[in-house]
Amino acid sequence: MHDVLHAETLRGGDKLSFVLPRHHALTLTAGGPRTALALLAFRAGRTQERYSMPDTLKAQHTAFLTRGRVLLSDMGRVLLSVSEDTCGWHDAISGHSDAATSRARYGDSSYQTARNAMVRNTRDNLLIELGKWELGERDLHAPLNCFVKVACDPDGALRWTANAAAGQRLTLRAELDTLVVLSNTPHPLDPWPDYAPDPADLAIRRVPPPAADDPCRTMRAENRRAFELSEGILA
Amino acid sequence: MILDRVIPAGDGILHPLPAGCRLRITDLEGNQAVDTLFFALPDTAERYDACATIQAQRRLYLTTGTRLMSSRGRAMLTITEDTCGRHDTLGGACACETNQVRYDLGKRHMHACRETFLLLLAGAPHGLGKRDLGHNINFFMNVPVTPAGELTFADGVSGPGRHVEMRAEIDCLLLISNCPQLNNPCNGWNPTPVRVQAWA
Repeated sequence: MHDVLHAETLRGGDKLSFVLPRHHALTLTAGGPRTALALLAFRAGRTQERYSMPDTLKAQHTAFLTRGRVLLSDMGRVLLSVSEDTCGWHDAISGHSDAATSRARYGDSSYQTARNAMVRNTRDNLLIELGKWELGERDLHAPLNCFVKVACDPDGALRWTANAAAGQRLTLRAELDTLVVLSNTPHPLDPWPDYAPDPADLAIRRVPPPAADDPCRTMRAENRRAFELSEGILA
Repeated sequence: MILDRVIPAGDGILHPLPAGCRLRITDLEGNQAVDTLFFALPDTAERYDACATIQAQRRLYLTTGTRLMSSRGRAMLTITEDTCGRHDTLGGACACETNQVRYDLGKRHMHACRETFLLLLAGAPHGLGKRDLGHNINFFMNVPVTPAGELTFADGVSGPGRHVEMRAEIDCLLLISNCPQLNNPCNGWNPTPVRVQAWA
């Protein structure tokens, strides 16, 4: 195992954004069944290029992410590879909470009454973090919901399914310098009536570049081509 | 009539729609994907949100009764009539760069929806561009997701003359690319024209 360069715990309700340099890996560890991390990713310093849910899904013929799959940008490049996953399903399609859906579920909550235990929602958290990089509403596209499973029936009805558990791990390896934006806030389709998000541990390590036989690269012909576009001089 | 135009495959349209108007899109020859985005007017920072739409109806596919939700949680349009049966909002719009990933590095030269979007926005006064190209609707396109989470591009839900009609709940801007994709069955391997009509 490579040395941990940075480690911290993201409390339930908290958020964070940072640049994950190329060939560094971010390991997210769930603190409990209520850990749900919404993740956005952008090309660091060239944030007009960003993680694209539809491009990621259609290239890999999947509606969710797990080990071996990659997060593609809207320019056909790999931003992050899923190099490790003990959980099996990370939702890409069902979006995030906002102030209104949050209020409808948990009632009113404010800093005045709850201080820092106030209810946080994913959209506001993401907008705050995006603002720190001069990004905003226009850049708020579909997040990856780490540790969340939302499957669908044959008629398209969405079904939230228990998925996260303490100790479940997801490792994302940056293939290009990547701005990562995280919000550890409840998923709007989860079944719990109260607001009590579990924490998540974050650890960053330097890792070797993906080898020729790296499972994320060899998963599909589409992935090989996306790596080729990410590793070429035009990237 | 606010608008009545036949859009050839590979072309598009950018047009304002007043609240209360009806919008009808007709798949003239069948099996044609119509990549569509909506922006609120006058504040275009509010726009169609695919995930909010899916989440609000707790269902993946769009059809009669679906409220097309904005990024700020408002219904922008409501689908009032649908002779096709279902429409996709996960598959996104094709692009030269992602065609390279999906099909072959040599496919970059082929025309794509996002080229049409960018050209229409470049010539418009709204200040919109690539950042604003969110996850669109693909009218008449069939992208089934299995319970195991597999996603495929399938053929065959639309047909000649099928149409979808919706009511604008707020003032909005319509952006359409009539898809030129030749690498998968989303246009039945033969992109064809569609008719776009709007009336008060």
